[in-house]
Amino acid sequence: MSTISTYQELIKHTALNDERYIVMTAENRAVVKELPPVLGNRFIDTGITEQTMIGMAAGLALRGRVPICHALAPFLIYRAYEFVRTDVGIAHLPVKLSAWIAGFLSDGNGPTHQAIEDVALMRTIPGMTVFCPSDHADMVAMLPEIWASPDPAYVRVNVRPDVYGKHTAFKTGVAEVISEGTDVTLLTYGMLLEETLKAAEILKNQGLSVGLLNMRSLKPVDEKAILKVAATSKLVVTVEDHFLTGGLYSIVAEVLLKNRTTANFLPLALNEKWFKPGLLSEVLVYEGFTGPQIAERVQQHVAAEAVG
Amino acid sequence: MTDAKHKELKDRAFAVREHIIRMSTDGGCFTGASLSCADLIVYLYSGYLNVNKDNLQDPQRDFLLLSKGHDVPALYGTFAELGWIEKDRLKNHLKSNDSIYWHPNRNIPGIEFHSGSLGHLPAVGLGIAMDNKLKGYNNKVVVITGDGELDEGSVWETLHVASAYKMNNLTIVVDRNHFQANMKTEDLIPLEPLADKFEAFGCVVKRIDGHDFAALDETFSQLPFHAEKPSVIIADTVRGKGLPSIEARADRWFCNFNAEEVESLMKELHGEAKTTLTSETLTVR
Repeated sequence: MSTISTYQELIKHTALNDERYIVMTAENRAVVKELPPVLGNRFIDTGITEQTMIGMAAGLALRGRVPICHALAPFLIYRAYEFVRTDVGIAHLPVKLSAWIAGFLSDGNGPTHQAIEDVALMRTIPGMTVFCPSDHADMVAMLPEIWASPDPAYVRVNVRPDVYGKHTAFKTGVAEVISEGTDVTLLTYGMLLEETLKAAEILKNQGLSVGLLNMRSLKPVDEKAILKVAATSKLVVTVEDHFLTGGLYSIVAEVLLKNRTTANFLPLALNEKWFKPGLLSEVLVYEGFTGPQIAERVQQHVAAEAVG
Repeated sequence: MTDAKHKELKDRAFAVREHIIRMSTDGGCFTGASLSCADLIVYLYSGYLNVNKDNLQDPQRDFLLLSKGHDVPALYGTFAELGWIEKDRLKNHLKSNDSIYWHPNRNIPGIEFHSGSLGHLPAVGLGIAMDNKLKGYNNKVVVITGDGELDEGSVWETLHVASAYKMNNLTIVVDRNHFQANMKTEDLIPLEPLADKFEAFGCVVKRIDGHDFAALDETFSQLPFHAEKPSVIIADTVRGKGLPSIEARADRWFCNFNAEEVESLMKELHGEAKTTLTSETLTVR
């Protein structure tokens, strides 16, 4: 069993054991700050130049390297979107995008820093894979397979403490089934697993049979798990810190329609709006994404259905 | 440069221009920009760069990246003349059974990377050059950009980074044909004094006549111009070079000539005719 427990240890271990890996950053060093002396010239900081970093990563990947590129999510993939699409996407190169502070994790920065359309944008690129770990332990469990793959990958980096405590081994395209239920099943990804776990507990305590899936891999997505949930659960709820358009709600809708089926559905997402900036705990309350609020929104939906 | 070498280059460039003219019909291509860089591309592939059809898998070969992209008929014409691809294959231009279209792509042997969106390949070239440095290789990376392409901020962003990393194995060659799509560069977003701008970004610059093989040879043989700086060669060229009917004309960028015009232009290339062009002038593509 590996003793590696942090992102930085993992990236160090990976790069030291395989010359192909190049660690790049557009001057976001916080989580890779110990690496320059360890990796020497395989640590490349291009300064605040996301486009150049991605183009350069494509050139390096063309020569057999596996660049892991770091920047804040909105700058990594919005400022440099066309470079990701055109240089990495068209050539299908194994460039690994490590995106910081995606979703609610940009807390007090404001809408310039809110990456809440990242899943939508990245999954439209042919061949691009998309991953959203729920916490630091989940991420460390997921990354070795993601980095070893020949595919380009977008990862919502998440270094928050382990919220679940018993993450299972990771497989690309397979969701982590935390519980199964027949009344309501919650599908979530990324940092919202923490609050969704609390919501599931509340709903269970109220006598409901509650399922919960940590999606982990959004592209490829676990279609089998989605279809099973739609067939066996009276209500399916998606919980995401992403625009309603293009994220997990859209993904699930696409899977269901492709398979000519449907579900009683409640999507919890950011509908045509940026979120109110503030401390993360404030953001969650303001936007209605704390565990109790998620549970309440589900209960309201169930109650309305019963009346309707 | 020997007389024999000079003649070899001249004859090859002439044949490449014939290919470009023949591709400028049945849908057309970016004729003007292809003709302006034909001499440059012929020169680079005729001995200067260590790259040929048999060493394309050799990691220590030299790399040429065509960042402006839409001048790819000059590159395909050169590949055909060098025997990298069959000459007949150029007849597949814009046909769905092949991959010969308006911008380069890696389905054609010898194309190192696709382009078409301007301002990308300086960064991709920087990545290749960095890999060469990490491996201790001495091979060269040459990126050809357009001059209009220099409007793109990403070009300058990359030069900034390349200078910081002292990339003496990266050379940018500007096909300075003085036009962007529809007008003279100096009438839209003036580039001059261009050499000063590159120098301000930490490069060493030489400026030459991009149609003069002897000047090309003398200049490229001096690379790298500095042990710790990227090199830039501004090659002054003429858009549409070789066809007086379209030379240095703002309205002859993308050309889709009819069969009569193509025949007349072929004669014009040989100095035997002047062409009256009646086909529609395309300024947007």
